Amino acid sequence: MKVLVTVKRVIDYNVKVRVKADGSDVDLNNVKMAMNPFCEIAVEEAIRLKESGTATEVIAVSVGPKACQEQLRTALALGADRAIHIESEAQLESLNVAKLLAKVIEQEQPGVVILGKQAIDTDNNQTGQMLSALTGMAQGTFASKIDIQGDKAVVIREVDGGLQTIELAMPIIATTDLRLNEPRYASLPNIMKAKRKPLEVKTPEELGVSIKAHTKLLSVGAPAERKAGIKVASVAELVDKLKNEAKVI
Amino acid sequence: MSILVIAEHDNDSIKSSTLNTVTAALAIADDVTVLVAGSNCQSAAQSAAKISGVSKVLVADNPAYANQLAENMRGLIVELAEGKSHILAPATTSGKNIMPGVAALLDVGQISEIIKVESADVFERPIYAGNAVAKVQSLDTIKVITVRTTAFEEAGDTGSASIEQVAAVCDAGKSTFIGEAVVVSERPELTAAKIVISGGRGMGNGENFSLLEAVADKLGAAVGASRAAVDAGFVSNDMQVGQTGKIVAPDLYIAVGISGAIQHLAGMKDSKVIVAINKDEEAPIFSIADYGLVADLFEAVPELEASL
Repeated sequence: MKVLVTVKRVIDYNVKVRVKADGSDVDLNNVKMAMNPFCEIAVEEAIRLKESGTATEVIAVSVGPKACQEQLRTALALGADRAIHIESEAQLESLNVAKLLAKVIEQEQPGVVILGKQAIDTDNNQTGQMLSALTGMAQGTFASKIDIQGDKAVVIREVDGGLQTIELAMPIIATTDLRLNEPRYASLPNIMKAKRKPLEVKTPEELGVSIKAHTKLLSVGAPAERKAGIKVASVAELVDKLKNEAKVI
Repeated sequence: MSILVIAEHDNDSIKSSTLNTVTAALAIADDVTVLVAGSNCQSAAQSAAKISGVSKVLVADNPAYANQLAENMRGLIVELAEGKSHILAPATTSGKNIMPGVAALLDVGQISEIIKVESADVFERPIYAGNAVAKVQSLDTIKVITVRTTAFEEAGDTGSASIEQVAAVCDAGKSTFIGEAVVVSERPELTAAKIVISGGRGMGNGENFSLLEAVADKLGAAVGASRAAVDAGFVSNDMQVGQTGKIVAPDLYIAVGISGAIQHLAGMKDSKVIVAINKDEEAPIFSIADYGLVADLFEAVPELEASL
């Protein structure tokens, strides 16, 4: 069984993003980029499925500009067997990405597809669910456990009230939540080895997918700034302020 | 314009997230229909009909919708989408699970977690963990939207909408509900509480959260946690406040032993009053706190409880 895992190149999660002065977008010039943290968890899960003998091959896929190949090489260094880069310089929206991935699924016929539940740049939380709808594959979002049992998968999901357990008919699409696993680091020998692993480049045209805009970004602004308040010296002063100044207790 | 709001409910009653979503819908247009899809969900439908401003309630009462599994729900919603200009759901784990699939089947985009309605096709939404706000225009004929509940008031309960049964049954047969480990608490729900007290890595372990619970019980507050505390296994995931956990905006948010990572601030910085208790006076949380107390939480929190 093949496992397909997606990786997105995003701003490093430690970097605080700044809005461009002209309000057109955020400024990503000279900003450190990295693999989306939820995609790291997805890659880790895919590799563990191979290590446990459930999967035979791990294929990492990324969609975006040429620089995405850096993150694909990271996935290969972590243990993916090969990579597919769908190259596009366009501003891609979730549905565009889902349609491209659906074509790759059609060609590769994986048993399990794992995506991060959301990317920390656009915070959309859409692509996995859209991919499930487009392919008709069963959907297990926000997974904190994925257990493949032959032609079924049991997925434990992090939901607002706690944890939900569902059983899915294979093949499945899962999206990762934070507690699914703890991703490993790539070792230096594996980083060197990854340079020789196959990385195939495809275009949306080759996959027969036309990129259509569904939204238009009008402007990007900074959120209302919250200024620091005061330091209180004691619990008694704090309680007094909350009662008599803020009037919230 | 005609709007369909997907209700979140437990078959008996409507969740408050639905009320926030109706308010967002009414900011777009007056014609708002609410869909209650569930199993033995007539009493939830009755309460949906009382939401102020709702003109019609559609009820799809079938075992296939008992747990609102995504595959079945999206099939149903797509069947009801004809003639609608907007389809809205709360940006809770339920809405997030269902709605993108609806958008994909309709071949439209989704606009996630709107915080403001500018016009019928222009919306504001936070990006980059709330460090920027994007103003986006939808170019689609049907707009599929999820709503950040903390950004909209709850609709009232003075409505008297008509109730109509929907016969459509969509059972994709792809997934089965097995069970749910729901944390039952006497305290208010995190996202609906007026006061929230949250603990971070500084709490040291799960047992120490009882210190926060004691304060919560005196204030009628909910107890939350930072991602660090959940990852460390101190408390369960349903308590996580942050970019990828719950978004809260209570009247009072008390952060205890929380340093204030960007990801945590994204989930609580719209609270009206923020209190931070941390022994590290350099902790970033102090830069957004209205009242900061530099103190050892193990002394300050019991003292706070005693003085309430």
